[in-house]
Amino acid sequence: MLRQAQHERVDRQFAVEAIDLVKDFGDTRAVDGVSLAVPTGSIYGLLGPNGAGKTTTLRMLLGIIDPSSGTRLVLGRDRPLDAAPEIGYLPEERGLYPAMHARDAIAFMGALRGLPIAEGRRRADVLLAEHGLGDWGRKSIRSLSKGMAQLVQLLGTIIHKPRLLILDEPFAGLDAINQGRLEELIRREARSGVTVIFSTHVIAHAERLCEQVAIIAKGKVAFDGRVDEARARLRPIVRLHTRASDGPWRSAIPATARREGDEWVFELPAGGPEPLLKALIDGGAGIETLAIERPGLHDAFVAIAGNTAAAEMGQEKPQ
Amino acid sequence: MMRFLRSAFVIARRDFSATVLSKAFIFFLLGPLFPLLLGGVFGSIGATVASQAEKPVVAVIGSQADFQRLTAARDQLTQALGDGAIVGLVGYAPGKDVAKQQRHLLASVKPPVRAVLTGDLDHPRIVGSANDDDPVIAQLRLLISSARHPDLHAAAPLAVTRMEGETGSLGKDRAETALYGQMLLFFLTILLSGMVLSQLIEEKSNKIIEVIAAAVPIDAMFVGKLFAMLAASVVGIIVWIAAGALIIQFVKQGGVQTLAPPAVGWTAFLALAIIYFGMNYLLLGAAFLTIGAQASTAREVQTMSMPVTFAQVLFFGFAAKTIGSPDSTVGLAAAIFPLSSPMTMLARAAEQPEIWPHLVAIVWQALWVALILRIGSRLFRKTVLKSGPRSPWWKLKRA
Repeated sequence: MLRQAQHERVDRQFAVEAIDLVKDFGDTRAVDGVSLAVPTGSIYGLLGPNGAGKTTTLRMLLGIIDPSSGTRLVLGRDRPLDAAPEIGYLPEERGLYPAMHARDAIAFMGALRGLPIAEGRRRADVLLAEHGLGDWGRKSIRSLSKGMAQLVQLLGTIIHKPRLLILDEPFAGLDAINQGRLEELIRREARSGVTVIFSTHVIAHAERLCEQVAIIAKGKVAFDGRVDEARARLRPIVRLHTRASDGPWRSAIPATARREGDEWVFELPAGGPEPLLKALIDGGAGIETLAIERPGLHDAFVAIAGNTAAAEMGQEKPQ
Repeated sequence: MMRFLRSAFVIARRDFSATVLSKAFIFFLLGPLFPLLLGGVFGSIGATVASQAEKPVVAVIGSQADFQRLTAARDQLTQALGDGAIVGLVGYAPGKDVAKQQRHLLASVKPPVRAVLTGDLDHPRIVGSANDDDPVIAQLRLLISSARHPDLHAAAPLAVTRMEGETGSLGKDRAETALYGQMLLFFLTILLSGMVLSQLIEEKSNKIIEVIAAAVPIDAMFVGKLFAMLAASVVGIIVWIAAGALIIQFVKQGGVQTLAPPAVGWTAFLALAIIYFGMNYLLLGAAFLTIGAQASTAREVQTMSMPVTFAQVLFFGFAAKTIGSPDSTVGLAAAIFPLSSPMTMLARAAEQPEIWPHLVAIVWQALWVALILRIGSRLFRKTVLKSGPRSPWWKLKRA
């Protein structure tokens, strides 16, 4: 009874709740005590460099693999496959049957999740037309471009109108236009009440889309919370350009300040901007420009996960 | 359960359509007909060559009356042994110079004269390329003896009554029916179940396996794939069924009609043959699907296919050993061992009239199909999908 109540609470409040998930592959611990709570109806990002354990975590949440230890509740069920008809999943490595027609491939993915095949074909025709692939529905997958095939698989992921959408590196391999379309599709699904979890190693996507993120590094959750909470962990950054190169005003700048070209870059001191400004003016700095920037998710990521992880994340720029 | 069956059906429908509606399936259907086709072509070539190459004959130089008595004696032997088994005779009236006529005939190619018989029936002489112990000479001695005393060698009257049912030789004849039934089951299974080995390669190489594994239980995927291939095989069998009967026609002189009726009767036997084919296919197919699921490439599947084929031959050999003694220790062991059980039980149906052992066997085999599929899907999750906690295989929990 207590367990059922807990399941219902999770389903109402959190679409997914994972507690202390651990996954070992032989002697390698891929996921080490990951705990997550994904609010229902939110867009939730799993951030981390390649090999951080994002995909393994998602595969455990989906029930493709079982954890070595730990528990997970997905849409209120502790056996994720029981919730499969209400879940849509786009794996990191895309795959479709090459000989299948596009509409059949979409309908097949729906049928796997319990959607009758005829209804799947009908919806597939509508979705393909909406996404500019109306003429390609009866063409085989092998005759489609890579981008088209990716779109077909994505449509197959939402064909059965799932309540939970799990996308593993959905932006990988897409050009700028299709990345934009995908972002819009994710927002639209979320607006209609669908919970979206996606993993990415490109911070900009998470920053643009997510309300909440989990930063995973070396198999552990380094941060789990709202994006603004992550950013609030850091003090604002000051970028200062002065006419004078030296003078009494220098004592107002923290010792940790660094030079970037003509600018001094440092965290805003604890007293806030007013004492700083007064000290600079009184000290004769001759302020050319002064900018106070709110830290981005990237800065928060560096602070949370470390420079090495951030460097790995930074290898691929968003388009 | 309904969701499990629906999932299995979705997988089966996709696999069945992809198999049967592909161009390659036409070749699959034609494949087993190639040996028949080749047999027919080479058979007709052989027949042509045989008809073109006339058999050697013995030229008979003598009176018309002697020749007629010799041919009458030959006709009598032909009735018993067939025309092809008895030396041919060609008669010639004696010429002026018999020695010269003899030499001329021995040099003849059309007809090819092997030897020349001269003199009358009381003092026959033979000249030619045959030795004294040649069967042709032995036959001529018999023909001459019969021609001399036609009354002595006349066929004796014999009253014939055909009897249906048990005779002393029926057991042996039923063993023959059992063997042909087993062979048919074996060949159909060996032709068809090997395909199951590569059933998961496409999903694994195209990465669709992730989409499927996230949506349906692996057990349902295994069941769907197995039954899809069984259904495709049944399509093949329907096409080959006539060809199968043809094979028996070739293998056994006189065709299917000459096979002894099985102990359970033809109707029950054919019904059991269909069920046991299904069971044999499902049992071997489940085992092959389990083995093949571990392979990641087509090359690995090819490497596996040879030992798998030999394993099938081994099971067939084991089952065939029970023919004639279904209640022996070996017979019972082969009936219990799941992978030889269907073939063994089909042979039993030919030899023993009881039906209940078949009902038990079918339940037993169905249990093993489920068990092998269960083990296969567990193994797949464990080794291919790398799922589950690190625990010994005998403690695998339900996912």
